[in-house]
Amino acid sequence: MSMPSWETLRQEVESLAARYPKKEAAILPALHLVQRKLGYISPEGEKFVAQVLGVRPVRVREVVTFYTMFSQKPLGKYHLQVCSNLSCTLNGSQTLLDYLREKLGIEPGETTPDGRITLSTVECLGACDQAPCLMVNDDLYGRLDKPKLEALLASLE
Amino acid sequence: MDEKVLSRDFEVSHLYQIDTYLQRGGYEAARQALRMKPEEIVEEVKKASLRGRGGAGFPAGMKWSFVPKVDKPKYLCVNADEGEPGTFKDRFIMSHNPHLLLEGITITSYAVGINLAFIYIRGEYERIAQRLEAAISEAREKGFLGKNIFGSGFNLEVVVHRGAGAYICGEETALLESLEGKRGHPRLKPPFPAAVGLFQMPTVINNVETISTVPLIIKNGASWFTSLGLPKDGGTRLFGVSGMVERPGIYELPVGTPLRKIIFEYAGGVKNGRKLKGVIPGGMSAPILLPEEIDVPMDCESVAKAGSMLGSGAIIVLDDQTPILEVLRLVAKFYSHESCGQCTPCRIGTSWINKIVRRMARGEGRKGDVDEIERLASQIKGRTLCPLGDAAAMPILAIVQKFREELEAALR
Ligand SMILES: Cc1cc2nc3c(=O)[nH]c(=O)nc-3n(C[C@H](O)[C@H](O)[C@H](O)COP(=O)(O)O)c2cc1C
Ligand code: SF4
Ligand code: FES
Repeated sequence: MSMPSWETLRQEVESLAARYPKKEAAILPALHLVQRKLGYISPEGEKFVAQVLGVRPVRVREVVTFYTMFSQKPLGKYHLQVCSNLSCTLNGSQTLLDYLREKLGIEPGETTPDGRITLSTVECLGACDQAPCLMVNDDLYGRLDKPKLEALLASLE
Repeated sequence: MDEKVLSRDFEVSHLYQIDTYLQRGGYEAARQALRMKPEEIVEEVKKASLRGRGGAGFPAGMKWSFVPKVDKPKYLCVNADEGEPGTFKDRFIMSHNPHLLLEGITITSYAVGINLAFIYIRGEYERIAQRLEAAISEAREKGFLGKNIFGSGFNLEVVVHRGAGAYICGEETALLESLEGKRGHPRLKPPFPAAVGLFQMPTVINNVETISTVPLIIKNGASWFTSLGLPKDGGTRLFGVSGMVERPGIYELPVGTPLRKIIFEYAGGVKNGRKLKGVIPGGMSAPILLPEEIDVPMDCESVAKAGSMLGSGAIIVLDDQTPILEVLRLVAKFYSHESCGQCTPCRIGTSWINKIVRRMARGEGRKGDVDEIERLASQIKGRTLCPLGDAAAMPILAIVQKFREELEAALR
């Protein structure tokens, strides 16, 4: 990223921090912002957050490594997260996952070589009435079956 | 009674926009509440026997009255982490009616003397967080949030805070740590958050559904509320039914509605006409009930008496084709993944159980494995810093004890 965009990001982080009684409370929101802009939490991104919020880098590191949504590796353009909890499994989410593994040629936790798609499994997405479901980036897709999943996959350019 | 109260207008299109909400009588309860004395509101909610909808079922009015009347900043944290597997009711409320939650936040904050409220929402609910933020801007524009609300002199700001994928952050003290920008490691209690909470200040933590129920109590009164439900457990609840059931979804029903009726009358019974194997009545942490145990009324005390818990009111239905080993595998996987690792019995116990269950699921189970799981789970129970330990141990023990034969048959 070029200098000016770090500067914009700094302003955004500062305005996030202003919403809290203590600046460091903005570590999670700041990391979300960095991940959104950079596609992952890079070492520079980590240092940047620590510096803007005035905390030691280890404080940010602790947080990044604790929360599963923060990725230390670049994520694909599309992040597919398949629910692997109970109601989804009962309704066939394993079949969907197997289909994706085969079709994409990757295992959960991996990204396609062209950097397009990252595949993950997740615990309950809070949409069990729509089981089986998955997320593509911020959007939820529920009541899936193979044809619907095929169509969804085809729609991701 | 089939009457919906909390979700009454949820089918109205664009209810999430403030003008639609106002047409439906929105913010009248807040307006009314801000003319009352704060103590009167707390008293009314106490009389209503509103019990927490997040899991523990603690009476909300009583919790609020524990907050010391000191001249310090106080905070409200709305728990929108919704990580308990099977639970999807808070998503339902926030996506359909974010203003109802905001109205509840305003009333609660005024009653307790709070000027800054946080909604701690799980990171995966990004779209819903955006909807909440839009609703907050709308409310600020109308003067329903911000300074001098309804000319009462009361000020309130609401901040949406996104989590980042950790079930443990739904536990109230882990939530506070996470909100402070730390790892979600639960705190030792006491002190309780009501006295020493967020940034060491007095803090109220309530679930989304609990807070969203408050405006109804203000509008219609405590006795109306208890008459809907039970004298000691008032109102209706949003029961979320999922799993192997014909019509999965949210059913708003009076507290005390029998579990059997919810599954068979409302949710259409077991999917594809199959037979029932068991029901998890209150989210994954709740011990499983057998088909002969489901005549239980769905209120906190009755479900506890039946040996389980009402928890978040999330009902997961298992049919007779579901291998119990598969259920056990998913339960064990979940808790070993979500243990924060702070205490040894929970960290080691859950991962050990997970290892044994995985071995069994691969068909490599050994004689004594079932007993070993039972022994490990009993050693977690009651020996951990936060309730996650018990939340893992109890459903595992119930599965092992109620389905021992089926599990043993999977061993060689
Ligand atoms: C491991 C664990 C996870 C929890 N997750 C949630 C949750 O996602 N949402 C919630 O409202 N309460 C959750 N709770 C319960 C909270 O600790 C707390 O009791 C609740 O938010 C209080 O609100 P209420 O009294 O309105 O129910 C969880 C508890 C534990 C032990
Ligand atoms: S019981 Fe488990 S989740 Fe709770 S503090 Fe201990 S290790 Fe962490
Ligand atoms: S089990 Fe998949 S969304 Fe809850």
